[in-house]
Amino acid sequence: MAYALQQLINGITLGMIYGLIAVGYTMVYGIIGMINFAHGDVFMIGAFIGIIVLTALTGITSVPLGILAALILSAALCGVYGFSIERVAYRPLRGSFRLAPLISAIGMSILLENYVQTSQGALERAIPSPFPGGITLMNENGFIVQLSWMQVAITLVTLVTLAAFTWLVTRTPLGRAMRAVEQDAKMAALLGIDTNRTISTTFVIGSALAAVAGVMFLLYYGVIDFYIGFNAGIKAFTAAVLGGIGSLPGAVLGGLLIGLIEAFWSGYATVAYKDVAVYSILAIVLMFMPTGLLGRNEVEKV
Amino acid sequence: MTNLKDAGVVAFMALLLFGPFLGVQLADGESNNLVLLPRPEMLGIAVGLTFIARFGFLLWHDHRPPMPGLAKLTIPVQKSGKYAAPALLVFAVLMPIIPGIANSYVDLGVLIMTYVMLGWGLNIVVGLAGLLDLGYVAFYAVGAYAYGLLNQYFGMSFWECLPLCGILAAAWGIFLGFPVLRLRGDYLAIVTLAFGEIIRLVITNWVALTGGPNGIDGIPHPSLFGLTFSMAGGPGTFAGFFGLTPSPHQRTAYLYYIILALALLTNWVTLRLRRQPLGRAWEALREDEIACRSLGINVRNTKLSAFAIGAMFGGFAGCFFATREGFISPDSFTFIESATVLAIVVLGGAGSQLGVVLAAVVMIGVPEMLQSLQVYRMLIFGLALVVIMIVRPRGFISTRRPTISLGKARVIGADMLSEGKG
Repeated sequence: MAYALQQLINGITLGMIYGLIAVGYTMVYGIIGMINFAHGDVFMIGAFIGIIVLTALTGITSVPLGILAALILSAALCGVYGFSIERVAYRPLRGSFRLAPLISAIGMSILLENYVQTSQGALERAIPSPFPGGITLMNENGFIVQLSWMQVAITLVTLVTLAAFTWLVTRTPLGRAMRAVEQDAKMAALLGIDTNRTISTTFVIGSALAAVAGVMFLLYYGVIDFYIGFNAGIKAFTAAVLGGIGSLPGAVLGGLLIGLIEAFWSGYATVAYKDVAVYSILAIVLMFMPTGLLGRNEVEKV
Repeated sequence: MTNLKDAGVVAFMALLLFGPFLGVQLADGESNNLVLLPRPEMLGIAVGLTFIARFGFLLWHDHRPPMPGLAKLTIPVQKSGKYAAPALLVFAVLMPIIPGIANSYVDLGVLIMTYVMLGWGLNIVVGLAGLLDLGYVAFYAVGAYAYGLLNQYFGMSFWECLPLCGILAAAWGIFLGFPVLRLRGDYLAIVTLAFGEIIRLVITNWVALTGGPNGIDGIPHPSLFGLTFSMAGGPGTFAGFFGLTPSPHQRTAYLYYIILALALLTNWVTLRLRRQPLGRAWEALREDEIACRSLGINVRNTKLSAFAIGAMFGGFAGCFFATREGFISPDSFTFIESATVLAIVVLGGAGSQLGVVLAAVVMIGVPEMLQSLQVYRMLIFGLALVVIMIVRPRGFISTRRPTISLGKARVIGADMLSEGKG
């Protein structure tokens, strides 16, 4: 019981991070229908900006303030990254044939990984946990269930970010424009919506969310390297597909599910095969629900 | 003036982008903590170069001479294709026996040929049947490990294993193809990617069978009717039998001819199949699945056959990879391999056989030439993918000759096809 509770807590924390990245995938997919393979690497860049800011501010400001600065700076700079990536690698290919943006995105992903590797080195970089300790929830025969402060912080920051994001998408003119472009880009353009700007904004927002996830990942695990983007990106994309790509609640749901599967599989089966479990469940779900859990079933017209 | 302003804005963006990564470097401090080392000169150079590059590009853009239309350009390319393909073939056959050619070039030829074969194999799935497969490396791995394991446990030779590797990979193609029959587009892409990762992870973790991350060592090289290519010479070796001085060149050339034959087999099968009902069904499926169903094409069998045949050639290539390297480990079968092969297919112009060859030479040959740039090799590789796609989104060879047409066969632009949709 206690063990299961601990895995549940770990799984939800991990799922929150995946969910934040998955939202970026699903937004981009919804609006221009392409897999943004470089998104996982934007997450990695976010984590690196986080560690650089935290290192720069060590001893200058208090810890919570430093983390806030890392979150904001990382989100802002990753927004610039997202904007530039779209502008350089994807916009010239919009409306071209389907595989071209995919290859361009894979190229972008390789480029970003090696850019960070050559500029910051291939070594793993570690920082000490800023808030050690936590709340002890339960003590069952010596097995202590602990909810660490870091997990609380991650959950809170994720929920606040997602709430702000939901408000943005559902209540603001920008969100309305985004949803309009998603439904029918041509019609939206005819009605006076600047589609290019809306798509750019989507990339900026998606990348900022990935940056937040990156900083959280850094704080939670304390260790990053230039390669973390690949694995996290694939998992988050799996989450987006599992939830039904294009659906925002689906992305968060998918992220949580992936996090829970990973945590429980590591806890009760073998750690080595946790990724195999995630991918197998993805394949099984898609076999029976080919558009994911919350995806719309598109009717193909002839 | 507007150009200057534009370049200034781009340079400012570059400052923001490069600031944290080129402007400072993380380093280990004295008391086991991280410190930042500033390096403003590097940031300055990068931003300055961006400014100059952008300004130069804008100037060129304003004053460039009018380009000849793309349509005009593609016709000579198409025409020369008739002669380019046989010329390339003759060159490929004669390459290892050019007198005085360095062994390293033949070795590079072997590597390029391997990717040509993989590209042609994947072309069946992506270019002809229009199924986007991001996990092609799985079948490459199945072929390589099939040979590695059969050799290790049963002592079977390369030539005994080669057909088995193809059959096993094809079986895996069908096995993994079944669950994804209903999926389309990106759902298909992610599931094939997942299968590729699953196979790699199982190989990595099943240490008792596969040796895990340490891989399998000591896989023997192929023999020629029982003659080995041992450097020691003497009876039973190729050099001893023909009375030659043993040299590594003989073995490399032999490997080269094996992969050339395998690649040409792939090409020949593809070209033959395209003229037969199965190949036409693939292409029809790529264009419109619903129309295919309406016309009574068995979509399930058509898709599975594309997966199986594509996988089979991947398996052959894997088997060859194992025998060439003599050592295999899961590190050789990562997603980046799948991405490279897919990039070769798309850069070549999906569906074009000659395009795959050109793309493989560019994508594999050029990075190998850049060995001296070690660290920046993959950086350039990624950048090249983006740039080539922007300049030629349809790939190097962007025209197609339909396999069947009403009246006179005409060449069409590739934008009239819908590859990778299904």
